[in-house]
Amino acid sequence: MRKMSFAQAINEGIRHEMRRDPNIFLMGEDVRFGVFGVTAGLYDEFGEDRVRDTPITEEAIAGAAVGAAAAGSRPIAEIMFIDFITVAMDQIVNQAAKMRYMFGGKIKLPITYRTMAGAGISAAAQHSQSLEAWFTHVPGIKVVFPSTPSDALGLIISSIRDDNPVLFVEHKLLYAVEGEVPDTDEPIPLGVADVKRPGKDVTIVATGFMVHKALQAAEELAKDGIEAEIVDPRTLFPLDKETIYNSVRKTHKVVIVTEEVKRGAWSGELAADITEDIFDELRAPIKRVGSLNAPIPFSPPLEKYVVPNEVDIINAVKSIA
Amino acid sequence: MDIPKEILLTMYERMVRIRKFEEKASELFAKGLLPGFIHTYVGQEATAVGVCAALKPDDLVTSTHRGHGHVIAKGGEPQYMMAELYGKETGYCKGKGGSMHIADPDKGILGANGIVGGGLPIATGAGLSVKLRNSNQVVACFFGDGASNQGTFHESINMASLWKLPVVYVCENNLYGEFTPQKRHQAITDISQRATAYGIPGVTVDGMDVVAVYEATQEAIKRARAGNGPTLIEAKTYRFHGHFEGDPQLYRDQAEVQKWMERDPIPSFEKQLLESKVLTEEDLRKIREAVQREIDEAVKFAENSPYPADREAVEDIYTDLVEEGRVR
Repeated sequence: MRKMSFAQAINEGIRHEMRRDPNIFLMGEDVRFGVFGVTAGLYDEFGEDRVRDTPITEEAIAGAAVGAAAAGSRPIAEIMFIDFITVAMDQIVNQAAKMRYMFGGKIKLPITYRTMAGAGISAAAQHSQSLEAWFTHVPGIKVVFPSTPSDALGLIISSIRDDNPVLFVEHKLLYAVEGEVPDTDEPIPLGVADVKRPGKDVTIVATGFMVHKALQAAEELAKDGIEAEIVDPRTLFPLDKETIYNSVRKTHKVVIVTEEVKRGAWSGELAADITEDIFDELRAPIKRVGSLNAPIPFSPPLEKYVVPNEVDIINAVKSIA
Repeated sequence: MDIPKEILLTMYERMVRIRKFEEKASELFAKGLLPGFIHTYVGQEATAVGVCAALKPDDLVTSTHRGHGHVIAKGGEPQYMMAELYGKETGYCKGKGGSMHIADPDKGILGANGIVGGGLPIATGAGLSVKLRNSNQVVACFFGDGASNQGTFHESINMASLWKLPVVYVCENNLYGEFTPQKRHQAITDISQRATAYGIPGVTVDGMDVVAVYEATQEAIKRARAGNGPTLIEAKTYRFHGHFEGDPQLYRDQAEVQKWMERDPIPSFEKQLLESKVLTEEDLRKIREAVQREIDEAVKFAENSPYPADREAVEDIYTDLVEEGRVR
């Protein structure tokens, strides 16, 4: 095993794939240096053709990825903050996600859209959102949301190799998180969840940075004799329902923890799936923990108030345990 | 005209094919035989054909909601197009796309597009791929005067000029963005002027003259293949039908339509061909008749084709996943 930060793991995965396949290229705003250094050093190895700084022009970045993929390349397109993806929505939602279908399967679009999400650094309302649910709502795109360096490495490789548009969401507070990764760069298949902590009393499904908050909460809960099982779906679509359901069949209680604004969240979709599919397994209402229905505020105490933390998770678990 | 005879012949044939395809589609739509809505290319034939005649078979095009003409000009086959208009399984897109989304990647047609201005970034990205793969292709990007006001116009041409991408941006200025005349949607008359802002050549050409369009495109392609970047060609043209079939066209004067119909690109090209003795009346008649038979056959093919099976609705969304179907 090697030790690597989350940012380094993504960098490593991209580098590995770009060495393997000359058809892969990376473009986005300031990717030569990389915000938070995620893409740092790739320019030195692959040059300006394949590590391409773009103008600040999100719709053209997203759309150029569509055209490049349609013409035979395998682009990795970075939308620096997921908040900026609003500017690029037509190209992702109406073009990338729909072209294969509209054309009767005559085309494939191997695109990886990388983007940074999440609150926690006082970046305020336009640089802190968790908008991943918007994309799970659109058939034709896959949504990947890793929580550890090891998962980030394996999942970025699979995302790049996938022949479909993939939105790869990176929580900005994870970049500095270090962890063990395998010695060789191996893909982790999309649509396979991972049990991050085994337990028998309650299932906590958590995504992205909230996986770490859930792990902290689980340690506290254990002191009170509650053993939480933490399931990280890792990809929001395709979703590994079976791993989640198997956990629910064991614990019969579910808390879903995501950083999204709770209203209209992906967590609601999962809660609905569980009640539709395995309602009889439940012995308590499903609880959801998410951000308050507010924009992410700038002031640090306010930001902390809006975004869920381990206390919110503990309270939710205890309310049904 | 020092254009080889076979190219002139192909140009004429494709212009006639577009016209007859569209007239048939218009007729079928009026009879209620086609679902959805269609935007016909009648009147603009010289633009698509002039541009595509200058392209090689492996060159790429992106198209628009008014895309039938571009598809035929690039070599698309009427039977599969007609079947698509009917929503049939044998259509270009298995009936999943319809009139606004016809694509034939094997012929370099990267698809029509229902979003005004949606094709511009796609063409730009295709140009980037061409450059990165050194494939020496050129991309022709069709869009209208309406699309020239979208942000994608600016974003795309800025990017293509910066990176010297092999894209020919073809603005078909048919004087209307949907129902709104050009003078009420932009403060300029010649959209080609906007090229100056990107440091690239901008030319305005008579979009009713297939030879003029062909020559302007050749020039732009030469520049693109030499690695000197994009060109903005504005073709002044006119759609003889409404924005969509059934459009009552309350926004324009029939006298204006008549005036433009006097400049119909097909008879004027016929005249050129006859005067330069490239083709005889007899040759032209034979082409028109052959194309008419082909269109009639296309309708039969479409009508005799089955609708897609229900399960098709959840296939082709991903390369490797099928979404859940419905039990009825």
